[in-house]
Amino acid sequence: MSAAHDVDVTVNGRAYRRRVEPRLLLHDFLRHELGLTGTHAGCEHGVCGACTITLDGDSVRACLTFAVQADGARIETVEGLGTPEALSPLQEAFREFHALQCGFCTPGMLMTCVDLIRKYPLASDAEIREGLSGNLCRCTGYEHIVRAVRAAVARQRETTP
Amino acid sequence: MSDAPADPDALARGARPRSIGARIRRVEDPRLLTGHGSFTDDRIVPDALHVAFRRSDHAHALIRSVDVAAAAALPGVVAVLTAADLADLAPVRATSRMRDYHATAQAPLATGKVRYVGEPVVAVLAESRYLAEDALELVEIAFEGLGPVSDPEAAAREGATLLHEEAGTNVLARREFARGDVEAAMAQAPVRVGGRFRMHRKTPAAMENRSYLAEYDRGRRLLTLTSSTQIPGIVRDLLVELLDLPGHGVRVVAPDVGGGFGGKASLYQEEVLVAVLARRLGRPVRWTSDRLEDLISTSQGFDERVEAELGLDADGRILALRADVVGDVGAYSIYPWTAALEPVQVVSFLPGPYRVPAYRGRVRAVCTSKAPTGPYRGVGRPVSTFVMERLIDMAAGRLGLDPAEIRRRNLVRPDEFPYRTASGIVWDRSAFTESLAAVLEAADYAGLRAAQARARAEGRLVGIGLATYAELTGIGSRISAAPGMPINTGTEQTTIRLDSTGAVTAAFGVASHGQGLETTLAQVIADELGCRIEDVQILQGDSAAVAHGTGTYASRSAVLGGGAATLASRDLKAKLLRAASHLLEAGTDDLEARDGAIRVAGTDRAVTFRQVARAVYSEMGRLPKDAREELESTRVYDPFFGTATSATHLCLLEIDPATCRVRLDRLVVAEDCGRIINPMIVDGQVHGAVAQGIGAALYEEVVYDAGGQLLSASLADYVVPAASEVPPIDIVHLEAELPATVGGFRGMGEGGTIGAPAAIANALADALSPFGIAVTELPVTPERLFRLMAAARTPAASNPPKEPSSWISS
Repeated sequence: MSAAHDVDVTVNGRAYRRRVEPRLLLHDFLRHELGLTGTHAGCEHGVCGACTITLDGDSVRACLTFAVQADGARIETVEGLGTPEALSPLQEAFREFHALQCGFCTPGMLMTCVDLIRKYPLASDAEIREGLSGNLCRCTGYEHIVRAVRAAVARQRETTP
Repeated sequence: MSDAPADPDALARGARPRSIGARIRRVEDPRLLTGHGSFTDDRIVPDALHVAFRRSDHAHALIRSVDVAAAAALPGVVAVLTAADLADLAPVRATSRMRDYHATAQAPLATGKVRYVGEPVVAVLAESRYLAEDALELVEIAFEGLGPVSDPEAAAREGATLLHEEAGTNVLARREFARGDVEAAMAQAPVRVGGRFRMHRKTPAAMENRSYLAEYDRGRRLLTLTSSTQIPGIVRDLLVELLDLPGHGVRVVAPDVGGGFGGKASLYQEEVLVAVLARRLGRPVRWTSDRLEDLISTSQGFDERVEAELGLDADGRILALRADVVGDVGAYSIYPWTAALEPVQVVSFLPGPYRVPAYRGRVRAVCTSKAPTGPYRGVGRPVSTFVMERLIDMAAGRLGLDPAEIRRRNLVRPDEFPYRTASGIVWDRSAFTESLAAVLEAADYAGLRAAQARARAEGRLVGIGLATYAELTGIGSRISAAPGMPINTGTEQTTIRLDSTGAVTAAFGVASHGQGLETTLAQVIADELGCRIEDVQILQGDSAAVAHGTGTYASRSAVLGGGAATLASRDLKAKLLRAASHLLEAGTDDLEARDGAIRVAGTDRAVTFRQVARAVYSEMGRLPKDAREELESTRVYDPFFGTATSATHLCLLEIDPATCRVRLDRLVVAEDCGRIINPMIVDGQVHGAVAQGIGAALYEEVVYDAGGQLLSASLADYVVPAASEVPPIDIVHLEAELPATVGGFRGMGEGGTIGAPAAIANALADALSPFGIAVTELPVTPERLFRLMAAARTPAASNPPKEPSSWISS
C-alpha cells in the first residue's frame, strides 16, 4: 500500500478535497468519501455502464478510473442533473416514457445520455441505440429509453434554435 | 403522454376517470432519477464491517485444511471465519412434501467439502472492503479434488460420484405426469416428430449485485437486515427459526432493489452470515457482491435437456406427447423453492395451451458441481414452450401445414374453458386463439410470408416464427409455487389505514424491485377508496409491515396484492362512509367518495377524509361513541387456483450468412393479462421480459468447462443484450374475458421471457429451412449457427436433418 494522495475535484459545481489511497476507485470515492451514492457500481469491469459520470465533459466509467486520476477534474454525476421536485428535461422524459424500472442502471444511463445529447445529433433511433449500447439495462428492453431520448432531443431542438 | 381515462365515455358523463387503466407516471421515479434512491449499498452506516469471501476454486473437493493466521494478522482485519466458527448454526434445508425428494444441507460456509466453484469457504471481516479483499489473498486452503460432477445424465446413473453422500443419489427429485395411454396413442399416430432439445444455463444478471447490511441494536435486541431481496418475509421467517429469535426481533427490509428476475428470490448464505455476525459482534456488517461473485454464486436457471416426441393425426391434430427431462440443478437444492421448481415446471407446462389427449412427462432434477439453480423469469416455461413450439412447427413442416394453421387446430378453444391440461393444470378462459389471430393481423402475416418468399428467391435467409403459450399466474393457496414446498405463497395480506390526519397508508408483503408496485397498488386503492394516488403511501418490502408476507415473484404481486388492496379498500371505504353519514346527516347510500372527500351525491355537502379522520380520532363528541370505528382494514386475499395468462409472439428475423449475425426485424406480442392497471408499466414489463427472451435465444449462456470452472465469469463473456440487440417490440393487449380474480388482474411479469425464445427459435428454423437445419439448442450464438451451417453444407448433411447429439458431451 503506498502513501495517500490529495485529490481536489469539483463535483456538480462543488469543490471537494480528500486524502485517499491511490488504489481507491472513483466510484468508491464518490459514494463513500463524498456520500454521492447516486452513482452505482454494476460490474466493476467497465461493461455495464451503471457507474458512468462525466469527467471534464466526457462520459467516463467511474469503475475504471482511480480517484487520483480525477485530481483537478470537473465531474458531473446524476445528483447534478435535477431534483425530485424539479427534474431536468432529460429526467422528465425518462419518467414520461417509463424509461426506468428498478432504477439501478438509470444514473449511468442518464449521464451517458447527457454526453450523447451534447455531442451528437442523435437524428435516428439507430444512432440513439448505438449510443446507448455501452450501457446495460436488464429491466426495460431499451425501447422506452430510446423513446425518452428521442423526445428529449426533439424538445431541446425546439427550445434551442 | 397524458393520463388518459380508461373510459372516455365516463369522462364525457362528467365522472372522474379511474386511475386503473391509465398511464399514470410512477411514484418511484423522482427519487430513482435523481440519485435519491436507496439501494442497500447506498445506505451509509458508520462503523460497519465489510465481509469478503474466499470462495472455492474447485468444483468438488474435500477441504483438507484452512490456514487463516496470516489473514487474521493483517491490520484492519477484525475476524476470519470458517465453518468451524459457525458450528452452532444449523444448516439450511429446503424441505418439501414431494415424494422421492432429497433436501441438501447448506451452511453459510462450506463444511467439509466444496461442491461448486464459487462456494464461500472463508469469510474475512475488515474495516473496509479493500482490506478484507487484501486479506483473502493470505488465506491458505488445501483442497483434495473429488472430481467434478459435470454431466447431469452421467451423474444420474448408478455408481456416479455423489455430491451429497447422505442423499445416496444425485437425483434430488423426480416426478411424472401422465394422462391416457401415451404408448398406444403414439403408436397409432400417423405423424410423429421429436428430438433432443437443450436450453443452456442462464443467469438472471440483475444490474444491482446482491447486497446485504445487518445491524444489531443490542439495547432493543433487534436485528435488522437490509437486503437486496425479493422475499423479505421468507428471509425473516427463516432467520427467526435459525437464530431462535422472536419474530419482532428480526426485521428484513428490502429497500430499492435493482432488479431480481428470480435471482434475488432465494435465501443466500451471505445474508445469513452477515445477520449472524452483526448479532455476534454488535457492529453493522455488510457485504456487496461484485459481478464475478454474482455470476458464480447467484442462482442460475433454465438448464435442461429434453427428449420429446409429438404424435399427430393426418390433419395435424395432436394425439400424444411424451417427454423425458433432465434438469441440471447445480450443487444445492435452493431455499425455499427446492431443486424441483424449474425442472418440474418444464414437464407440468409442456402441453401448453394445446389439447393433448395423451401425455407422459418424466423429469429428474440432478445435482452437479455448478452454482445452484433457482427461479429465473419464466421458470420452466421458457424451456417447455421452446420444446413444444418447436415440435408444433416440426409437425407443421412434416404435414405441409402453415404454422398458424396447425396452432389453430390444436389450441384450446374459447368454448372449452375451463380446460384441464394433461398435467392437471386448469386454464381459466384466456385469449389463446384470440392472441394468435391478433398477432397475425397486427404483423400482416400473409404480407410477411409474401415478402419472405421474395427475399428467399434472392437467396436471403429470412425467417418467421410463432409461439403461443400459457402460464399460471397469481397462484393461490391450492397450489404451491413449488411442488410440496411448506411455505404458503398463495395469499397476500394488506393493512390499509387512514391516520388521524386523513393520510392513507397501505402495507403489503410484496417487495417491488422494478415493477412499480408503489404506483400500481396506489392506483387500485385510489379507485376503490375514492382518493387521489398522491394521498396513498405504499409500504412494501419490509417484513415488519404486515403479519405475514413473502415477497414478489411468480407473477403474483398485482394479482394478490391488487386483490387484497381491493378488499381492504372496500372495507375501509364502508367505515368512512358510515362515519361520514353521521357528519353529513345522510344515508350511506347517498354518499360517494372521490378525490379524498365524501359527498352527498348531487349536492355540495362534503367532508374530506381529513375531517372524517379528525372526527373519529381527535374531535371527541362529534360522533357517537359507537360510531367511532377504527379507520383501518386488514384483509387477506387468496386466489386459490390462480389464473391463466397467455400470449402469442411473432418474430421476423434475417441471418447474415457471412457473419452469422441474427438481426431481429420485428417482434409482435399479443397478450391477455386481464384488466390492465397501468398500460405503460405493462408495456415496460413485456419489453424487458422479451429482451431477456432474446438473450436466452441468441446470446446468454453460462459456460462451465469439463472441470467445473466457470468460463462466463464477466459481463464481457456472459452477453446480456444491449440496446443495439433489442428491436422495437409491438404489443397488442387483449382482454378475452376478465378472470375471476378480485379486480380481474392476471400476472404478467414473466411472459415475455416465456414466448420470445420459442418464437425466435422457430424463426431461425424457418430461415434455415433451405439447409434442413433443426434448431434444437438455445442460445443460437453466432458460433453455434456457424457450426450448424457449416455442417449442413457438407455433403453428408444433404440427408434429412439428424438430431444433433454433440451437446450431450459438450
